[in-house]
Amino acid sequence: MRASVLALVAALAATPASAFTIYVTNEKGNTITVIDSETLEVTGTFDAGARPRGITISPDGTELYVCASDDDIVNVFDTETLKRKHTLPSGPDPELFVLHPSGNPLYIANEDDNIVTVVDVKTRRVLAEVPVGVEPEGMGVSPDGKIVVNTSETTNMAHFINTDTFEIDTNVLVDQRPRFAQFTDDGSLLYVSAEIGGTVAVIDPAKGEIIKKIEFEVPGIVPEALQPVGVRVTEDGKKVFVALGPANRVALVNGETFEVEKYLLVGQRVWQLAFSPDQKFLYTTNGNSNDISVIDVEKEKVIKSIPVGEQPWGVVVSPN
Amino acid sequence: MRTVIIILALLLWPVIARAADPLTVSIGILKVEREMPLPLSRLDLPPDDLGFAGAELGKSDNNTTGRFLGQTYEVTTASASPDDAQSALDTLIDNGVGFVVLMGSAEDVLSLADHAKDRDVLLFNAQAEDDILRTDECRANMLHVASSRATLADGLAQFLMWKRWSKWFLIVGSHPEDEAFAEALRRAGKRFGAKIVEERVFEDTGGGRRTDTGHVLVQKQMPVFTQRAKKHDIVIAADEAQVFAGYLPYHTWDSRPVAGSAGLRPVGWHPANEAWGATQFQRRFEKIAERRVRTLDFQVWLALRVVGEGVTRTSSADPATVRDYVLGDDFELGIFKGTKVNFRPWNQQLRSPVLLANDRMIVSVSPQKEYLHQVSQLDTLGYDEPESRCSLN
Repeated sequence: MRASVLALVAALAATPASAFTIYVTNEKGNTITVIDSETLEVTGTFDAGARPRGITISPDGTELYVCASDDDIVNVFDTETLKRKHTLPSGPDPELFVLHPSGNPLYIANEDDNIVTVVDVKTRRVLAEVPVGVEPEGMGVSPDGKIVVNTSETTNMAHFINTDTFEIDTNVLVDQRPRFAQFTDDGSLLYVSAEIGGTVAVIDPAKGEIIKKIEFEVPGIVPEALQPVGVRVTEDGKKVFVALGPANRVALVNGETFEVEKYLLVGQRVWQLAFSPDQKFLYTTNGNSNDISVIDVEKEKVIKSIPVGEQPWGVVVSPN
Repeated sequence: MRTVIIILALLLWPVIARAADPLTVSIGILKVEREMPLPLSRLDLPPDDLGFAGAELGKSDNNTTGRFLGQTYEVTTASASPDDAQSALDTLIDNGVGFVVLMGSAEDVLSLADHAKDRDVLLFNAQAEDDILRTDECRANMLHVASSRATLADGLAQFLMWKRWSKWFLIVGSHPEDEAFAEALRRAGKRFGAKIVEERVFEDTGGGRRTDTGHVLVQKQMPVFTQRAKKHDIVIAADEAQVFAGYLPYHTWDSRPVAGSAGLRPVGWHPANEAWGATQFQRRFEKIAERRVRTLDFQVWLALRVVGEGVTRTSSADPATVRDYVLGDDFELGIFKGTKVNFRPWNQQLRSPVLLANDRMIVSVSPQKEYLHQVSQLDTLGYDEPESRCSLN
């Protein structure tokens, strides 16, 4: 099995299904809600720093990384004790980041300074600062770890950063306010959502060209409310899930034809998504209804919603 | 049920952005200076760089993007009296500026648009809110990024109707611009079902704007002025000249909230807005200007972003090419107000949500989601196509 941008969740997909832990950042609650994937019960809540948003986990499942946006740091928590171990320098107002498939370094988007900060999670040092477009946000890494893609929300580009040289190789113009970048597990495609543009660009990363633009349409929902943010793709590349923000739906897109097959009704203002390691389930954060929805990936159905803290933002699932 | 999907292959023009031929884009900013009375509150004193600071940020944002495309944005600023404005505009154009952002009254921007009608330049109205520029006196060489009075009044009215505050006590100042805003409010009331139960004029009798312990007098004057009005839900002030509205909150005879020119105000921008990525915009501006952003700064920035987006997508700095693109169906822009915006082709007005704010907080954003429209919800605000005599594009 290949290393993957979904390394944090997918790399251990071969492991037999068992109980995993779901971690949800609550932006307004300043907490992280801990959920047992087996029972789907909340097992705990702990303080996460001021305005926790982006969250990810080390490939071995021992460390949680959380952007504490209003503290201008990344907090690192021990998943055993749920205690803060230390912090990482992040640059101001960190919102989203992505971990190299090997578990190091961490690439952080700094919205205020138009840079991507590269931080070594072991030495806790800044390795590089890469100037990108205005308001960097979305971060994706290619499965081989050679390219990090950053999206800039006002420049409206996906910037391809070479992880060896920290130089930008390619820039692809997309629609307004790109929020999220997600590679397929085989690295052949890159999905970039444009929240205000209302589209998801399907990019051929080798050529740096857009090959399709996915649009959305839901009867009874005004087009302005169809605001794609989080994107996740199954390991086989066949199912693409797109969170549609205030449309309160997750679109299921066919990863071969790029046609929308279904809209799944979830909670209000759905932004971020995460798979369980076995990819049987997808969890969605619903910021305005203070809950997460659980989607059965095979049955393509929403099976449960779980109340969490105030304004859930990000979600990650332990690999083990 | 199968849902329709649309994959717009047609939209997939060459979107790859690689460093193309270097391109320099020259933008002029022209402020027509007029004597203004002092504001009632010293917090509202206009900064010297009002509007120009927005241009500085717009230039910086465009250049950050331009760096990846080989595009450089240059900004030249000018201030002129109404009498000298035309020659100042000529100088800008003669020096190779293809786009000029105007700050001035309706009269100023109209005369400048007419003066430059045979020149190769695209003008932006960043300040004048007069509806006549959108309904009758439209000019092909001028785009409006400032919201009109009717748009602002409609944004307020939608929220008041959502609150079921439909009985309005309207107080109008004695200046022409006060009456223009009052007219927009009357129209908004009629459109959305509010009733103006009482209307009074507050005469501007001149005199100093601020005096030591002036509040002692105000505390007695304003209740007296507002007493014995018919039963109302809210007091609405039309006071663009800033003569009295600032005194109304907490001084009305009846315990009613105040909206319009004070209290809950409909505005194009507000320094408290932090939704939809606005925090980053506010912070970038504050870093450059060392003060909070004002609506005029935002609107000048907006004009520069329209130019930047037009140039980025067309790889051209030609005013006509950019104009065609930004007025077309493919143009869209994110402006930190939660929805993409574009232009109404018939009168070249940028569709834009209205922020409803008190002094410190965003209270709501219109259009309210209950008001629907066949084209765009944003067209529930301001004069719609059938109500406008303009049909430019």
